[in-house]
This record gives sequence, structure tokens and C-alpha cells, in this order.
Amino acid sequence: MKETPLSNCERRFLLRAIEEKKRLDGRQTYDYRNIKISFGTDYGCCIVELGKTRVLGQVSCELVAPKLNRATEGILFFNLELSQMAAPAFEPGRQSDLLVKLNRLLERCLRNSKCIDTESLCVVAGEKVWQIRVDLHLLNHDGNIIDAASIAAIVALCHFRRPDVSVQGEEVTLYTPEERDPVALSIHHMPICVSFAFFQQGTYLLVDPNEREERVMDGLLVIAMNKHREICTIQSSGGIMLLKDQVLRCSKIAGVKVAEITELIQKALENDQKVRKEGGKFGFAESIADQRITTFKMEKAPIDTSDVEEKAEEIIAEAEPPSEVVSKPVLWTSGTAQIGEGIENSWGDLEDSEKDDDDEGGSDEAVILDSVKMDTGVEVSDIGSQDAPIVLSDSEEEEMIILEPDKNPKKIRTQIACTKQEKAPSKKAVKKRKKKRTTN
Amino acid sequence: MAEPALVASESLAGCRARAARTVLGQVVLPGEELLLPEQEETDGPGFAGERPLRLNAGIRTRLRVVCGPGLRRSGDRLLVTKCGRLRHKASGCGSSGGIYWVDSQQKRYVPVKGDHVIGIVTAKSGDIFKVDVGGSEPASLSYLAFEGATKRNRPNVQVGDLIYGQFVVANKDMEPEMVCIDSCGRANGMGVIGQDGLLFKVTLGLIRKLLAPDCEIIQEVGKLYPLEIVFGMNGRIWVKAKTIQQTLILANILEACEHMTADQRKQIFARLAES
Repeated sequence: MKETPLSNCERRFLLRAIEEKKRLDGRQTYDYRNIKISFGTDYGCCIVELGKTRVLGQVSCELVAPKLNRATEGILFFNLELSQMAAPAFEPGRQSDLLVKLNRLLERCLRNSKCIDTESLCVVAGEKVWQIRVDLHLLNHDGNIIDAASIAAIVALCHFRRPDVSVQGEEVTLYTPEERDPVALSIHHMPICVSFAFFQQGTYLLVDPNEREERVMDGLLVIAMNKHREICTIQSSGGIMLLKDQVLRCSKIAGVKVAEITELIQKALENDQKVRKEGGKFGFAESIADQRITTFKMEKAPIDTSDVEEKAEEIIAEAEPPSEVVSKPVLWTSGTAQIGEGIENSWGDLEDSEKDDDDEGGSDEAVILDSVKMDTGVEVSDIGSQDAPIVLSDSEEEEMIILEPDKNPKKIRTQIACTKQEKAPSKKAVKKRKKKRTTN
Repeated sequence: MAEPALVASESLAGCRARAARTVLGQVVLPGEELLLPEQEETDGPGFAGERPLRLNAGIRTRLRVVCGPGLRRSGDRLLVTKCGRLRHKASGCGSSGGIYWVDSQQKRYVPVKGDHVIGIVTAKSGDIFKVDVGGSEPASLSYLAFEGATKRNRPNVQVGDLIYGQFVVANKDMEPEMVCIDSCGRANGMGVIGQDGLLFKVTLGLIRKLLAPDCEIIQEVGKLYPLEIVFGMNGRIWVKAKTIQQTLILANILEACEHMTADQRKQIFARLAES
């Protein structure tokens, strides 16, 4: 797909804004966009975000035969890819001029600066060396690919751990991460590219141009530098004439920016190391936050809660009372259970049956009860004097207990005789009493 | 008892066609089948959602149903091709007819007939202009499709100019065609946009939100500074205020609005109004 053309009005506006020292995203002339570094779960995998520009870096390694003329040096390989995902204008499978230029610049920045100790990558001289491959994928294009890519490459290399090897005689043993801890690469310094865009034939200068600024710029100067202020690569493109002090000024700015970025990288690496050691959560899923679209959100409707209580009461009053629901099993008596409503269960309902029995024999026992009451009344007074156990209840069984002691049977008998005289109970009842006594 | 039955019917709907009327405003997913109301009625309410739609069979009252973006007719079935919320706009004559479409969150614009868009002129060839609208193909724009334009009186349009126009032809697999006049031959606000001001891109969802009849954001923005603003349905916004500073502020606010809650937005507008 064709690139979206830049309209005349955008171009004019951008140039006028730059003349006024203003940038589209509110940055100052020498400001970088926000840099964010996040690591994947594997070693040697990172995503670097420079504003909206995003680069994914992944390092891998392989044991290969070395180059003939460099028998004791490992091989470094860099590959940057511009996929269509980054911008629809990038065509897949075609080496565009921009891509070739960026790849060359990356190689010069990272390989030719000898920032990685290639001799330490040698396993057996002339036979086996490590080939370190750095794959960089542009995920989103919003200008200044080279800076983001160079940061991603060096961060991924710093983060990478290669498997440990040992050589015993001719035999080369490769250890899995479980057997021996993987080894970090030895990195001498961190070269980082800093881009400067020039406008109006070098009159105006901007650091870290975004995509639209890149489109209207006249020339670009890329300086690769490490934190020791050593220039690793310098490249000017766009065919503008730069003055000596402009280049010097740029290198000074680059020094400051590189120091800041290096510090950030080191902090990010330390953080990741710490999290891994502590066994916390790491990986892209944890570190990359997703944005929310809020414009479609429904606003919460305000609710008038002033007379809610009265209304609720009204509703409750009007509504039919709910039928009682017993959620817990009801235990009428031990050994029975009932859940919910229903007809009362009469099974094993001991109290009720007892009641019934009482009712049956009520007519003839009533008389007896009367006489018994009389008895107890007398007894209580007697017992009090004889230190006998005090029983105040008047059930039949206790009656018998009271009658048990044969200390004063006479007295009772006389009492009964008294009652006979007084109330003249039916013969039947007296007989019953007598019988009881005899059994005792 | 009622709950399991409900769940079962919902899971059933997941694999079978749902009636379009019942899922209005709900999220639909690509590959889902929908039933239009007329089909539903012929089947009876009990069978709604049971059988897929047949657009050609047994239509008693011919209803004009238009499938907008996100929906596609495949044979006699109506399929969803985008994920988003199903929308419906009733036509004048009947309640069951009208336009169905899916509002989805995307950045890539697909031309739709009748949409007002902002295009960039990329080439002048013969009697037509090629206009980039952000679609897969540039649109064509006849030089006669401007107000007051005749064979002799050509409009003054340069390559790189911004055009605000309307699609009259937007078919699949065909070059879309734009015009800058309405059916009466009036410009009606369309034509070449001035040379100043800033053009920027936002998502299509934000544009739809901003163009909604009573959008708060636009009202609030209007209170800040006097401004000229043009919204293209293709996600492009052109804005011009008195100074470059103000234009930049407006552009940044509109862009940021998408990820702000109403409260945050109000705070920012209040802060800007103070300064």
C-alpha cells in the first residue's frame, strides 16, 4: 500500500511550528520522547518504546564454525525488519533503501564499535564459535527507527544469557540452563544512536524527530556514542551542508542524551534482574499496560436517593408477605427432622402421645390426684423436720419416693383416713392407693 | 430452574443465528450469523433465532434493509465481518427496515457511500484528481464536481491540497468516487480546505463520537478558543485556531480525549480555561 502523502498544510504548519520552537507533541527542541523498556520472559527478549515507535529485540545463539580469517572470534549478526504491521507503506520481502541504510548503520554502530567481546565467544579455535544473532522487528513506526533499534539491540544483548559450555580435550559439552546457569555476554560499552533532524538547510535542529518531522526535514545526522563520550559512528544523510560547530554541538547533546539513556537501560536491567531473583512476575504480559477506550463508556446516571426509604417501605407494605421459608432443618424432637413447610410430623412425637394418654385417664385419676396433693402437703411439713430430701413437685413417681420410707406409715394412714372422712373419695381410689402401698 | 434454561439458550445462540433486533447495541463477533426482523416474523416468535436468514425467499412486504460496514451477505445468509456493536437506523417507511451496521474500533478507513471525508490530492491526471482518503485505493474526483466549475472554469486545486468531499460511489473492488457538491449542485461546506491549519489522524471510533449530535467534547473545545474544525469520517481532523500554539493544544486535546474519562476531561478543560 502506498504511503499516505503529506499534505501541503501539514508541511507548512510543521515548518512554522519549528520556527516558533514548538513541536507537535509539546516537546522542547532537545527532548527525547518517553523511552520504555520491557523484557520478555526469555532472556534476550525486549521491547523498546520510543514514544509510539516500538521495536522488539530478540537475541539467539548457535554453535557454528568460525570464519576462516578469524578463527578465534565469534560471529555477530544483526537484522532489522520493517514489517507492514509497523506502517502500511513498508512492503514485505523487499529490501528498501531505508532498510538497507538502517541495517548498515546498526552494524556499524554495534559490530564495528567492538562493544561485544567476540573472542570470548570462541569455544574451540577454528572449529566452534558462538554465533550471536540479533533480530529486531519494528512493531510500530512513528519516526526515529534507528534510535529505538539501537537501544533495543544493546538492551537485548545485555539481557541475553548463552548456555554454558565446557571443553575437555576434544569433547565439547553444552549444559542446559538447569545444569549450569547460563552465561551473560561480555559487553565492553553500550553504543547508542542519537538522531538530529535539520530543517531549513540546517537553521533549525530537533532531537528525536517523529514520523511527520522526519518527512519535512532536510537532513539527518546520526551520532552513535557510548557513555564515555566516545563516538562510535557518525552519519549524515539528506545532503545538507553542516557547519563545524553544528556537528560539535550535536556531539555534545548526544553525550548528554546517551548518558541519560544508558542510565535508564541499566536501571531497567537491574529491575528485571531483581524481579527474576525474587521470583516475582515478569514478562511482557506484566509490564505492558493496555490502554482503555473511554469515549464509548456510558456515564453513570445520577439516581435520586432522597425518598428511597419511603418508597421501599411502600413497596414492602403493598407486597404480599412472603411465605415463611425455613432454610434450616427443624428438629422437633431428637431423631426427627423437617425441612421447609408441610404438615407437622407426628412420628415419634413423644410429648403429644403422653398428653393423649393423660387425657384418656383423666376422669378417674383426677380424684387420685386430689388425694395425692393432700398427702404431699402433709409430707412436706414432716420431711422438713426429719431432714429428708425436699421434693416440691407433685408427679406420681415422686409420690412413690416419698412413700418409700416406712418411718411413719401410720401417720399417713391416719391422714388418709382423715381425707376419707373429709372428702369421702370413691372406694375405688382408696383401693388403688392401698394396692400401691402394699406393693411398696 | 429458570437459570439453567437461560444459560442453555444463550450458549445455543452462540453457535446459531441470533435475531438482529435482539442484539442491537450489543457486541457481535466476526463470523456470527444474524437474522433480520422480517425473517423472524415469518418464522414466528417461537422459532426466532432458529433458522438462518433467507433474503430472497418468501418476502411478503418488501422491506429495504441495507447492510452497512461490518456486515456481509454471503449467499442467503447475513454474516458479521467485524467485531463491534451492532447498530440500526430505522428508515422512514417501516420500523423493521432500515440500515444495520457494526460500529467497530479501528484505524483503517473503508470508504462508505455518503461519508464526508478529508482527502489529500496526490495527482492531477486529465480531468480527474486522485485523492488519498486513507482507504486501500485513492478516490477519484472530477474537476467538474466543484461548485460553479465548468469546462472552462476549472477549480484551483494543487497536488497536496486538502479536499473535504463526499463519496458518491463506494463499492467493493471498485475505485471510489468523490464529489464536492451536493445533489443541488451547492458546495454546502465542501471543497478545498484552506492552506493553514493542522491535519491529524485519530481513530474512526473517536471521529464518530465527536460527530455525534450533542458531543460534549466539541462544545467544551468550542468554549476554549475560536476555531475552525473539519471532521472527516476517515479519521482525519483539520483544525485551525488563531495561533500555532492554540492549534497544537486543540489537536493534542482531541487526540487525548479518546483515553480520558469524562472527569479527567473536565479537569483538563478547566485548567486550560484558566491559563
